[in-house]
Amino acid sequence: MPKFTSKHAARLASFAATALLFALAACGGGGGESTGPSESVKSLRVLDYYTNEPDNSIYTKLLSACGEANGVTIQREAVPGDTLIQRVLQQSSSKTLPDVLMLDNPDLQQIAATGALTPLDEFGLSAEGYANGVVDASSYRGKLYGLQPITNTIGLFYNKDILANARVKPPATWDELRIAARQLTSGKQYGLAFAAPANYEGTWQFLPFMWSNGGDETNIATPQTAAALQLLVELVNDGSASKSVLNWTQADVNDQFMAGNAAMMINGPWQFPVLNQDKSLHYDVVPIPAPKAGATVVAPLGGETWTVPQTGNTTRQRKAAKIVECVNSDENQLLLAKERQTVPTRTALQAKFVADQPSMKTFSELVANARARTSQLGPEWPKAATKIYTAEQSALTGQASPAEALEQAQNG
Amino acid sequence: MASLGPAGSVVQIVAVPAARRRRRSPQRRYTVELLFLAPAMAYMLLFFGYPIVKNVVMGFQHYTNATFFTGVAPWVGVDNYSAVIRSAVFGKAAVNTLLFTVGSIAGQFTIGLAIALYFQRRFPLSGVLRSLLLLPWLIPLIVSSAVWRWLLDEDNGAVNQVLRTLNLVSDNPGWLTSPSLALTAVIIVNIWIGVPFYTTILYGGLQDIPEELYEAAALDGATGWKAFQHITWPLLRPAVNVVLVLGVVYTLKMIDIILGLTRGGPANATQTIATQSYHLSFVEFDFGQGAAMGNILIAISLVFAIFYLRASRRAVDQ
Repeated sequence: MPKFTSKHAARLASFAATALLFALAACGGGGGESTGPSESVKSLRVLDYYTNEPDNSIYTKLLSACGEANGVTIQREAVPGDTLIQRVLQQSSSKTLPDVLMLDNPDLQQIAATGALTPLDEFGLSAEGYANGVVDASSYRGKLYGLQPITNTIGLFYNKDILANARVKPPATWDELRIAARQLTSGKQYGLAFAAPANYEGTWQFLPFMWSNGGDETNIATPQTAAALQLLVELVNDGSASKSVLNWTQADVNDQFMAGNAAMMINGPWQFPVLNQDKSLHYDVVPIPAPKAGATVVAPLGGETWTVPQTGNTTRQRKAAKIVECVNSDENQLLLAKERQTVPTRTALQAKFVADQPSMKTFSELVANARARTSQLGPEWPKAATKIYTAEQSALTGQASPAEALEQAQNG
Repeated sequence: MASLGPAGSVVQIVAVPAARRRRRSPQRRYTVELLFLAPAMAYMLLFFGYPIVKNVVMGFQHYTNATFFTGVAPWVGVDNYSAVIRSAVFGKAAVNTLLFTVGSIAGQFTIGLAIALYFQRRFPLSGVLRSLLLLPWLIPLIVSSAVWRWLLDEDNGAVNQVLRTLNLVSDNPGWLTSPSLALTAVIIVNIWIGVPFYTTILYGGLQDIPEELYEAAALDGATGWKAFQHITWPLLRPAVNVVLVLGVVYTLKMIDIILGLTRGGPANATQTIATQSYHLSFVEFDFGQGAAMGNILIAISLVFAIFYLRASRRAVDQ
């Protein structure tokens, strides 16, 4: 057996150090093939968060069709939704951002503010004819950074059978909502279910009440927002909604509605496929009730936007912009809207879409007046969103009156 | 590491021929020792030293998601620390961290020790039962917290249904929705998850106590509580020290269960320093403030680690 001398040790140590460096280098990289401006682009990297079926297959198919039309192959990578931003930040620091990046619309301005995205007008893309809220969400400091093909929002779902039996009409105003919810509450069945957990989901569901009443995220300590919060507090306090709303996600709310534990719920069209699995469940959707009859309902916009990151290679970026353009074409907006129960963002397409998909009528109408969460505060939105759900939780648990809760959260 | 040196040289004196031994200067031996140490030191520096230093530095910087792209993180002094300490939720989070840690460990330790003592006696199926006890530990935290979230649901949860059937409650307690109960509920779940860990280590400690001691004590009339007091407890002390320090550190940094059960709600009733640090860094993407919060947690852990080191050194001295 060879003796283990100092020479061996030194060699081993330097070998170990080299191996470590290689391992680290391998972790950092991610296939950042660099083609010069003159070379032709053969493939593009795309990053999104559509990991669940059927979305996963829908986007694989759509993106490869778009790639084929533009003469490139698509290397698509999908990561779980809650890890996307962390992945993007890692890729920003290692300079391995993908050629095409999908972002949840309220995240776009934060990422654009870092300088990681390219304004799309450089590639001749514009958002003309898109719903205003959608354009707001995809713009930062007056420049367009993303194009969003489809959007969604939330409405009031109701169980047709329960409402018919109780002779209750779907409510259109806050007063009607309170009365209907109380009338529909009996035994194990609550009148209304909504989600008010301690995260952005709680904020998202509160926004239509706050905005429709003239409340504003720049300062939440206003009488308008307090009145909106008061409505939810009363619904919980008189037993028309469960105290569990404090811990329910939107999926939990949907479970309660399907189980018949709630006659009405606040939720979005992405629940249609789940709800339709139960053939005995008859339901319909109306807009979230307005503060007063005839008032405009302002709902928050959901959905994802497609961007072109700063990869430093204009040839690839130009090709990437073609892919973004293709994903947002009229034809693909209608296709995605139909397959994913969402609404096309080009307003001109909506009439045709609703004629085709009557179940989407309510949501299509809501989108016209819907607002983007980041339209006022931009990258500062997360701080405001935290304040909103914090205030909502403290009012719903009775720790403070709505006005006090909002005041405390605003001064946080 | 210091003890390795002399032992190593003894081996060398035996193995190396006399002629070569004379040539080897102390300096050279020192180099060899250093080279043996180098891989371990490189590993420590890279994977423990660097992240901690980076985290400490980050706590003094305005480090946001823009930093990842531009690499620019302006120095802001103690701004991050004053911001997180002055925030409305900090006081609550600090108190909750204390209650959560003390409550969890007291419960986990008492139950864990009781179970370990129980299994010291052999009875049919004791081996099977002991391995079944490990189950809560084997289930991924995300799964067990999701299941507990259903069990503790106010209206339809199994816990409330059982309590109602037994006529123990008239109204449904809001385990996860009432600010006065939520922390207790989270502690109970954490105890359930932590007991197997305590049982395993304490049971191991009990196995090390020689049977003869109990026999000798029994002859002198010391059985039951007296035997526990004078034999079991003093001899179990090393295992107790280890389990408590590990327990404190694991509990201080626990976020999965809280995020899974209540997300820090209702109304921040279950917010701890750890969950708040996670929120600042990975939800609001203010990595500077998140790091500042994290460093406060590291400092608290460090205090416990020092206590542990002193306690174990005293045990060695004795």
